[in-house]
Amino acid sequence: MQSDSIHLSRRDALVKLLRVAGAGAGAAGLGLWLSKHSWRPEPALAMAAKRGHTIATDPKLPEMAVITGDDPAQLTRQAVEELGGIRRFIARGDIVLVKPNIGWDRTPEQAANTNPDVVAEVIRQCSNAGAKRVIVTDVSCNDPRRCFQRSGIAEAARLAGAEVVLPDPAMFKDVDLQGEILRAWPVLDLFLNADKIINVPIAKHHSLTGTTLGMKNWYGMLGGPRHLLHQRIHESLVDLADFVRPTLTIVDCYRILARNGPTGGNLQDVILKKTLVAGTDPVALDAYVAKAYWNLEVSSLPYLKMAANRGLGTYEFEKVRTQIKTL
Amino acid sequence: MRFPKPTKLRTLSQIVFFFLFLFLLLRTEFRGSLTASASEIRLPYPVSLFFQFDPLVAISNALSSHALYRGLLWSMVVLIPTMFLGRFFCGWICPLGSIHHFFSSFISERKRGKQLIDSNRYKRWQTTKYYLLIASLVAAVFGTGIVGWLDPFSLLVRSVGLSILPATNHALRASLGVLEHSRYPFVQTVSGALHFILGALLLSFKQPHFRLGIWLGLIFVFLVALNFRITRFWCRALCPLGALLGIVSRWSVLGLVKNPEHCNDCNRCLLRCQGGDDPIGGVPWHQPECHLCLNCVDECPEHGLRFQFFPGQKAVGVDLQRRKVLTGLAAGVAVVPLARSTSGFATERHERLLRPPGALDEEYFLARCIRCGECMKVCPNNALHPAFSEAGIEGLWTPVLVPRIGYCETSCVLCSQVCPTGAIWEITEREKGWSVDVARADKPIRLGTAFYDRGRCLPWAMATECIVCEEWCPTSPKAIYLQPVEMIDATGNSKQVKQPYLDPSHCVGCGACEYACPVQDRPAVYVTSVGESRSRTNQILLNRRKG
Repeated sequence: MQSDSIHLSRRDALVKLLRVAGAGAGAAGLGLWLSKHSWRPEPALAMAAKRGHTIATDPKLPEMAVITGDDPAQLTRQAVEELGGIRRFIARGDIVLVKPNIGWDRTPEQAANTNPDVVAEVIRQCSNAGAKRVIVTDVSCNDPRRCFQRSGIAEAARLAGAEVVLPDPAMFKDVDLQGEILRAWPVLDLFLNADKIINVPIAKHHSLTGTTLGMKNWYGMLGGPRHLLHQRIHESLVDLADFVRPTLTIVDCYRILARNGPTGGNLQDVILKKTLVAGTDPVALDAYVAKAYWNLEVSSLPYLKMAANRGLGTYEFEKVRTQIKTL
Repeated sequence: MRFPKPTKLRTLSQIVFFFLFLFLLLRTEFRGSLTASASEIRLPYPVSLFFQFDPLVAISNALSSHALYRGLLWSMVVLIPTMFLGRFFCGWICPLGSIHHFFSSFISERKRGKQLIDSNRYKRWQTTKYYLLIASLVAAVFGTGIVGWLDPFSLLVRSVGLSILPATNHALRASLGVLEHSRYPFVQTVSGALHFILGALLLSFKQPHFRLGIWLGLIFVFLVALNFRITRFWCRALCPLGALLGIVSRWSVLGLVKNPEHCNDCNRCLLRCQGGDDPIGGVPWHQPECHLCLNCVDECPEHGLRFQFFPGQKAVGVDLQRRKVLTGLAAGVAVVPLARSTSGFATERHERLLRPPGALDEEYFLARCIRCGECMKVCPNNALHPAFSEAGIEGLWTPVLVPRIGYCETSCVLCSQVCPTGAIWEITEREKGWSVDVARADKPIRLGTAFYDRGRCLPWAMATECIVCEEWCPTSPKAIYLQPVEMIDATGNSKQVKQPYLDPSHCVGCGACEYACPVQDRPAVYVTSVGESRSRTNQILLNRRKG
């Protein structure tokens, strides 16, 4: 029998042993280090990002402007003018977020999304006031590519000089909304970094609350399972409105969706009102539009009282300084 | 200037067509436009172009529908020149062929030297593709589009579009996500730029997911991996389009001329032969197997091989065996009756067999659908998926709508625009008819009908307000209506909630309610196929229209 014997020198044997020992020590060290880092995985803590975007009230200026006329852009200009001009709201160098309703795959005539001419004029006003960036975005319900295109808002906003952003899953951050029932929710980060936020909702019918107006528009900053919010709609609306506190709200009532909201689709559901309702008190605006176009009293919209109790505004819109004008 | 080598031209052609194919596949997606507010949305490119140049799809379509769907006449542009020139399409154009060509060029342990030369000699098993062709075309006569299981473009779009690209998208987004959350601003900037570039070229708008995706991908990877053993195994042995082009190249006037006096049996022509058609001297050339890659001409050190018109040398045609032809015929005859004698097609339809809008009635649909996956790739809501068992064994990989994953968008008709065979007949938004009063519309397309599972529905079972399904219902008047009721909750308090009901005269079966239902795992409202407008028999109501 012949065996393949290997002649190993003492030096080689030592080197070999040292190598193996080194690898063993490394493995043991790594194992020890990793074993000290074993925690039950918890979701990262939601960050607190609550901050108001409101401006100081001015007793000489109206808090609400109701402007009627033919040209949506002109209505927008006039509404802002009545409230003290855009420079009251936007300072040079501001990052402005304009939040229309771009929720549904509908055309402007179907009145499920905000009127693109109104959105475009808001953007132009902000640019004129020296805003550094004007961003237009929404977290749509239907496919966002279709919503942004067919609503006409993407094109109108781009031509007016805004950055149009279709939300990407990577753009949501977990935020502690610090509400009474809403705490950690994914929020589109553009809403966290803006200096000023302008809410440009459209007035539509909604089966749960009768109407969907300004405060309901904040659903469009959330990701996550937002269909759960309907279970306690009034508390949710107030929590969201308390979190955002916009600089200015312009409720588009040029065309309103009187029935079959919030999706509509049928032109027979649309009523031409040719009106914009703008102002700094989001609660008064919602109360006014609900009463004016759906004849809904404050008693049937509990969220208005809850919002007033939270200090977000007043539901007694009759007591608010109002400028009503027809062009 | 020297004229470039023909093989270089061929490679260039392969690259051009491969990237054209990839580009069209990547653009089989509505990407949205910030410059157009056009209410009628169409894709800017003819994304199913390759199918229109596919004679196999055209012949199958003609046999099963007795007509040629729009655009399929273009396939003559491939078929007729092949009669004169041979299978230039396989060697110069076919993107699947080019993929196989590319992966065949790697030399593996089992495929080198003598083994490589031997593997590139003509083999009898290469005729398998002819029998597959016979079987699938005979089946087409009996009214089925199963040729798409093997059609090279169907295979490629289905595998790459529904599996490889989604996986690539996932990998790229995951990597970019890691980089973008880096703590170093420089890395963030670079990854932001990278994201922008990849977003414009490659990334999907949102991560797509497809049922059976991994199996479609594994089949493709397996077919590609076969090239490491046998060069272009798919093209030589399985591809029915290659078989069809091989048969029509029987009368080709372009052929290989061998000069036996120059041949010194060096075997180099066999080293890079793609088709396995015996270009070497001493044995006859197998014309229908040749891809016209011209490697043998390029390789021959003695310049003893050349292609010329009217070569004047005898070549072997399609080498068929009578028994196997009969087997192929018998298989083709049997497959449709066998599949349809099983329950599922005529009786006991699957309740979830929801077809895309514009889909023909099941019999006509199965006759035309080539299971290519174009409709699934283009669907903006990722709602269409390859069927596994919903449509019976014959309907494997045909499109079904899965509302839990995505609903049918009200105004969208993209699937009908990309369908190459008319299985989903091209419709307009107006013909779809969902943006008007559906009950009064002329003939709205309905995919099915929604039903409530009251045991899981929040206002029905848990005295909890919800109405999300009603909110999302896209028709006007809405198909979902609400009734306020007083309920007693667990603590004994009286509480008013709105309970949803369904009005079948307005329901179009789009599935938006099922998609939006907050009961995530098994929705409290779901759509089944009954009431689909394409079928006369799959109905519940005597008269679904009102007014």
